[in-house]
Amino acid sequence: MASRVIMPKLTDSMEEGVVVKWRKAEGERVESGDVLAEIETDKAVMDLEAFASGTLRKILVPEGTTVPSGALIGIIGEPDEDIREIMSPSSPPSRPAERAKAAVSPAEPVAEGEALASPRVRTLARERGIDLWTVKGSGPGGRIIERDLAPLLTRSDQPAVREILLTQMRKAIVRMTTQSKAPVPHFYVTIEVDMAEGLRVVEESKKPSARASVSINHLIIAAAARALKQHPGINASFAGETIKVFSRIDIGIAVALDDGLIVPVLRDCGEKTLTQIAEEERALVLRAKNRDLSPAEHTGATFLISNLGTYDVESFSAVILPPAAAVLAVGSVRKVPVVRDGCVEAGCRMKVTLSCDHRVIDGAAAAQFLGTFRHALERAREL
Amino acid sequence: MKATYREALNQALREEMRRDDRVFLIGEDVAYYQGAFKVSKGFLEEFGPRRVVDTPITEPGFTGLAIGAAMAGLRPVVEVMTFNFAILALDQIVNNAAKVRYMSGGQFSVPIVIRGPGSAAHQLGAQHSQSLEAWFCHVPGLKVVAPATPYDAKGLIKSAIRDGNPVVFIEAQLLYPTQGEVGDGDYTIPLGVAEVKRPGTDVTLIAYSKMLLVALEAAERLAQEGIQVEVVDPRTLRPLDLTTLAASARKTGKVVIIEEGWPFAGLGAQIAESLYQRVFDYLDGPILRVTGRDVPMPYARNLEDAVIPDVNRVIAAVHQALYRK
Amino acid sequence: MHLYTQMLLIRRFEERCAEMYALGKIGGFCHLYIGEEAVAVGAVDVLRPDDYIFSAYRDHGHCLARGSDPKRVMAELFGRATGLCKGKGGSMHLVDAERRFMGGYAIVGGHLPLAAGAAFAVKYRGGDQVVLCFFGEGAVPTGACHETLNLAALWGLPVLFLCENNRYGMGTPVERAVALYQDVSQNAAAYGIDAGRVDGMDVLAVREAVSKAIDHVRTKQRPYFLEALTYRFLGHSMADPSHGHYRTKAEVDEAKRRDPLLLLKTRLLTERQASDEDFKRIEQEIVNRVRESVEFADASPFPSEKDLEEDVYLP
Repeated sequence: MASRVIMPKLTDSMEEGVVVKWRKAEGERVESGDVLAEIETDKAVMDLEAFASGTLRKILVPEGTTVPSGALIGIIGEPDEDIREIMSPSSPPSRPAERAKAAVSPAEPVAEGEALASPRVRTLARERGIDLWTVKGSGPGGRIIERDLAPLLTRSDQPAVREILLTQMRKAIVRMTTQSKAPVPHFYVTIEVDMAEGLRVVEESKKPSARASVSINHLIIAAAARALKQHPGINASFAGETIKVFSRIDIGIAVALDDGLIVPVLRDCGEKTLTQIAEEERALVLRAKNRDLSPAEHTGATFLISNLGTYDVESFSAVILPPAAAVLAVGSVRKVPVVRDGCVEAGCRMKVTLSCDHRVIDGAAAAQFLGTFRHALERAREL
Repeated sequence: MKATYREALNQALREEMRRDDRVFLIGEDVAYYQGAFKVSKGFLEEFGPRRVVDTPITEPGFTGLAIGAAMAGLRPVVEVMTFNFAILALDQIVNNAAKVRYMSGGQFSVPIVIRGPGSAAHQLGAQHSQSLEAWFCHVPGLKVVAPATPYDAKGLIKSAIRDGNPVVFIEAQLLYPTQGEVGDGDYTIPLGVAEVKRPGTDVTLIAYSKMLLVALEAAERLAQEGIQVEVVDPRTLRPLDLTTLAASARKTGKVVIIEEGWPFAGLGAQIAESLYQRVFDYLDGPILRVTGRDVPMPYARNLEDAVIPDVNRVIAAVHQALYRK
Repeated sequence: MHLYTQMLLIRRFEERCAEMYALGKIGGFCHLYIGEEAVAVGAVDVLRPDDYIFSAYRDHGHCLARGSDPKRVMAELFGRATGLCKGKGGSMHLVDAERRFMGGYAIVGGHLPLAAGAAFAVKYRGGDQVVLCFFGEGAVPTGACHETLNLAALWGLPVLFLCENNRYGMGTPVERAVALYQDVSQNAAAYGIDAGRVDGMDVLAVREAVSKAIDHVRTKQRPYFLEALTYRFLGHSMADPSHGHYRTKAEVDEAKRRDPLLLLKTRLLTERQASDEDFKRIEQEIVNRVRESVEFADASPFPSEKDLEEDVYLP
């Protein structure tokens, strides 16, 4: 069986070689291991040994020629063999494509004194719409650090002792609502929801055989979460150059206190069941009323719900608190005359009003969201 | 139930050896001597020499032997008297234990635990006082764990033994006598999960092994100044629970990492880089590190004390992070 | 006759590897077993399927002798996904778990403790398997080797330490590396391990010696050190010339006169246990098998980059 004699690649750097001298002649018998030729590589002159036994049928490259590694330079076979096929050039060895390594450019060093503000400060400023040129930096080189923003923020993760926070509550509400109302263009959309099914679900949940008892408020939260999942544009915030859409649904529930109001946040409502929402809301509200919330637990809501239903209020509109872009104001469930199939009968209705930040939400989007919300709430059993 | 770190390990190893006949302990002086640090006290009596194997002073030999036994289906726990001596066995640990699974294309695994004390004690000198966790964390194929409390030690060593990968389990001489609550019975703590040992709001301290205790003490003192420190213990060093570490860093905006080892190319440098990738925009300043000094460990007590991070150095770093004079 | 077939398979396979390496299809280091076939074939023939084998980096011959599929070995050498180790091991790290071929290791002497470990596991479980550990005379002076011999003797581990003394550790002849070079097996005797020597070019002698040694190991649960005197006809690796650097051509030619294939063939022909036709037939079969393995490897895909991080950890 014929075999090829190839110019070998004997070192990593060898690209080509020179046949210095053939040690066997065409037609001569060779045994595996015999030296066929002397090859000059980039490093030294080495012997090229035969890998097969037979007759050296053809010498294809004369002495003194340079050929690339992998090139055919001779054929070994039986004396009477047909070697035409093997003389056709062999395909080049395949190698996996070299991957170009992306060069990672080193970060540019910041010169001393050039750092205007820490990254955290920049982010906070962007989120709250604070103009950093108006802030004096007390850090090294005049760097604006978080502490310098304190007068402009009511950040709950600032070191805050509970007592201080409570006595500041009124001031905080003033600041938050003023900050919101002035710069944020509010508009309002009101709808009415048929609460017959909702009331039924609440009643049934009070039975001992039920898994857990839920309230109208729990249904509202669950329905809002459902609707926010389908309309993520509502679960967003105006951020200056961009609109930030939150990936998690954190619903703030306004809770009335003796001297004001606090908004505990139910985190990740999109991933919670109605039962979980009910349990957590109850626990949070209890703690809120006992003034037992940590600062992290009553800031950062991406959507807000304010419910004055227990005060027999038909409807109202609420003020949006940043970073949210909308707040749902819920009125009480009332027995009202409704028209069905041309007849007047008794029905249960509840009005809800969505206040929206027009920089983030347009009228149609608000209406669509409310439509989904109503749909979910009127099918309360499926929540 | 209160127990010392050493007793917690003793308990955990005992329970694992009772649970699974494939688990055996091998190392210098683990049997008749009852363990250089008494971690295997009583083991020879309960399990016999088949399962508690004393070795000559041949770290590459017995570590490699344990690796071969793991490849053949057993679950060895190799005790290195200290990790300073594990340097001898590095070829076996890095070239064999870490790589056999990959080189064989998944045909073999090496379910081995290599455990022992891995930081300084007192005045033991330069060759007995090294903290080398960064070396092991560098190698893909290894997992590295460094528990700081008796509770964590028990739960983590069980997970390490049950894990099918080679785990480097770093204890500390000075931690062995420390006391803490240890859960009763069989409980495991998953590898790769950090723990917030002390919640806070003003600054994040990241510390593991012995340094965790230093961090907690510093946090206590700082609380008196009105600074609420959050202390996070990674517990597992490879793979690092960056989600927990980053969440804390994001919350406080200020990070101080404490490690006993040398500064250049130490583990803290990697933790810092990983955090910068995730929470750069939420940092109020650069991440700070408190590390061992860049010298071989000196013998003199006062020099040694200057090398190892202490509460005062940690407090100073926290003040620096908070831009306080 | 099957011994001849095995050795011929290794010989032709290795010759083809040399060609493939020169073509650039096999990369990195390639250490060929040409000339030493009798040791692998004679020794492995004695083992049971449930015995363990460890080898160093000159492992193609041992792997093939154990019965691994030449197609998958060649594919591994070509770095393809169909290789024994999915292309992740390479020439020096052939592994075939099904056949208890535990690898292929590149650190000289580094695998000896592993072999002792497998034997420890056997003993721990009360089994009667043995571990066959191949290594070169160059590994004998390493710390790992001595630590392993000591542990094996101390604990009575069932390992057959098979030292393939081919007289050269890369470019250094044994007399310049091993103090007890005149009888390398004395290194083991120093630890109280029974030892022997055998002509590594004579496959029947190897099989006989290994058979006795394995018997000793299996029944007495004691280690054994067998030194096989052999010779590699080519250089240490593909980058190393077979002569002219640290060996003379005359020496290599002299050694080739005792080519293990030649020795066995002559004996079989003389004793009329086989005929010329038999050898021609076997030659053809083996050449075909080897050619098929190259074709298979050539046609196989490279491993996907998506699988790069697979098998680092057990999930």
